[in-house]
Amino acid sequence: MKKITTLLGPALALGLALGGTAQAQQKSLTVVSFGGAYGAAQKVHQIDPYMAKTGTQILFENYTGGVAEIKAQVEAGKIQWDVVDIETIDLERACAEGLLEIIPRDILLKGDDGTPAEEDFIPAALENECGVGEIVWSTVYAYNNKTIGDKAPSTIEDLFDLKKFPGKRALRKRAQVNLEWALLADGVKEEDVYKVLATPEGQAQAFAKLDTIKSEIVWFDSWSQAPQLLNDGGAIMVQSANGRFFDAIKREGKPFTMVWDGNLYDLDAWGIVKGTPNLELALDFVSFTTSTKALAGFQDVAYGPPRKSSMALVDKSVVDHLPSTHVDEGLKADGIFWADYGESLGEKFNEWLLK
Amino acid sequence: MASQQAVLSANEIQAETRALRRRKRASLLLVVPLLVFIFFAFVAPIATMLYRSVYNPTLVELIPKTVHELSGWKKTELPEPVVFSTFAKELKQLAEARRSGVLAAAINRAYPGASSLVNATARKFRKMPDDKLIKDGMALLTEADPRWAKPELWRAIREVGQVYTDTYYLTALDLERNAQNEIQQRESARIYIQLYTKTLSIALIITLLCIALGYPLAYYLAHAPRRVAGMLMVLVLLPFWTSLLVRTTAWIALLQTNGVLNSVFEALGLINSPLEMLYTSFATVIAMTHILLPFMILPLYSVMKGIDPSYVRAALSLGSRPFSAFLRIFLPLTLPGLSAGSLLVFIISVGYYITPALVGGTDGQMISNIIAFHMQRSNNWGLAAALGTLLLVLILLLYWTYDRLIGARNIKLG
Repeated sequence: MKKITTLLGPALALGLALGGTAQAQQKSLTVVSFGGAYGAAQKVHQIDPYMAKTGTQILFENYTGGVAEIKAQVEAGKIQWDVVDIETIDLERACAEGLLEIIPRDILLKGDDGTPAEEDFIPAALENECGVGEIVWSTVYAYNNKTIGDKAPSTIEDLFDLKKFPGKRALRKRAQVNLEWALLADGVKEEDVYKVLATPEGQAQAFAKLDTIKSEIVWFDSWSQAPQLLNDGGAIMVQSANGRFFDAIKREGKPFTMVWDGNLYDLDAWGIVKGTPNLELALDFVSFTTSTKALAGFQDVAYGPPRKSSMALVDKSVVDHLPSTHVDEGLKADGIFWADYGESLGEKFNEWLLK
Repeated sequence: MASQQAVLSANEIQAETRALRRRKRASLLLVVPLLVFIFFAFVAPIATMLYRSVYNPTLVELIPKTVHELSGWKKTELPEPVVFSTFAKELKQLAEARRSGVLAAAINRAYPGASSLVNATARKFRKMPDDKLIKDGMALLTEADPRWAKPELWRAIREVGQVYTDTYYLTALDLERNAQNEIQQRESARIYIQLYTKTLSIALIITLLCIALGYPLAYYLAHAPRRVAGMLMVLVLLPFWTSLLVRTTAWIALLQTNGVLNSVFEALGLINSPLEMLYTSFATVIAMTHILLPFMILPLYSVMKGIDPSYVRAALSLGSRPFSAFLRIFLPLTLPGLSAGSLLVFIISVGYYITPALVGGTDGQMISNIIAFHMQRSNNWGLAAALGTLLLVLILLLYWTYDRLIGARNIKLG
């Protein structure tokens, strides 16, 4: 072991020295997010204005979510990402494991109408001390007006009703959302879903409900596959993030309709990777990019801004497509529940898939 | 004088050995880059993986005293009150250092639901004075959450507290330990054995398909006129040089519900409704066969090319039927190429990841996809390491059996 470290030591030192000098020459920040239409909106409304204002170079990269890469960087002590766009399910976990810096609330800018930040943000956006919410998004399902036939689905029960709507359903291959939807469709009340899902009987109930449509499910891995599946007729009902569908409808003129019943809404937040050498710059970036105007820009892809003052700037025609408008029909995704049961339910889900 | 000339002087011997050493050093220098590369890219990662699959220091680093005190506990009733107080105090320290989440995630692995339990309790304890925690540790814990009074939870903590553990391997084999420390079938989910079997059978089918498709083609390539052979070789090599991702996504276009194949079949009137081909193990098998076929053809071809055609001719002229001449003369001579190709295809396909992930759906998933799941989603790197190690052992075992039966020396790549 000692030999290895004596070998590794100089090599690492050399690498760090080279990387270090390259970084020192220019003020730069590495920001990581999910890409797609969402990433494009971030570039226009958050990244570019910040670069123009401060002259800081921003390297904007894509990732597929999860905590694995952040964990690897923190554990190795070599931080490559500074600011990360993170889903609340992962935020909860990454923060508790000490992978993210605490973001002091006093760096947040006042709303454009003068409201202090802490009152301007919706409470959920500042719930976790390591994150500042950027968007409210939601998982919904949509159908294609051209292929659905004369009857159109309107509730979450319809997704599970093979008699009324025969045909394929495309769902993202993971336990999250699908188990909640199964319980909702089986008549469990919204406020009880996570309580029921924490019990073995509740889990069995959810899998039993999923069993009823198992033969007709097409599974996919990435959100980007979803509008594609709906477009080429691979499935008649498809699950995805609402912004993906909105983008396909608005920009590409696809004949899709979203069903908001049972939508699972959640937040995306900025987190700062623990131990970053650019902490001050990262905080400044978070502060600037969560201002009223920057967040209002997400109306481009129909994600709701978590600031009340930004809502005032949202185009009236978009309001109807924002997840925040449909909160009553939906359920908040529970990050704490999934931190507890994500792994065990993930395994059970895999087992169920193999059956 | 004459004898003195023949014997080298001490100085000359020294110079000679120095020169020899210099030559050795120079040749070593040529190999060093490769050795360093192999060490960093191959030996070190595998060693780390092996180590990670048994080494689990999280709890001993975080709550050393509690782990130490728990080691004397009999596991049936509740631990002594002193264990509770020690734990309460250590939990508080963790909460202050914002490290309780690491502990929570580790315990959650053995006791689902413990994550929020530990974190919530840690938050409550952050502000409490030490002496109070030591005095009423037990009462405070059970007051914070009644689950702290469950022996199962403490069993889980003790289990996760072992620095060197076989838990990951047991899980990877669908086993677990019960309260009496006996090994039993896992109650929560049994998937891994099934996945290994499936992975091996898919790999076997792909290998057989590659043999069935590749052998005749290689035979033809080796015997066809040079011009035709050259053309055909390009057809084999072109897809080989094309990006893996391009070939995989091409199969998506071909196989999907309204894809090329289904439209053609429907136009021909062969089927009424589109066949389901994409996102099945069928798709995994067919796409991987396509991708791995050159690995079978190339070694076969080069071995066949080296076989003297006069052997078969001799057999024929001695009265053998063509089929029997092929079976008894040609086939045995191609065995080194055949076994090299089969081993290559089989071993590559057992660990394949990207193609099953893209076209396999749920039906066509292989063990590598579950390893990726534990690396990226569930963050259980220990289990991922154990699954990976088992895969490695499996391959080595197969190779060993193969060596026993046929002999690894017979492998020939060209």
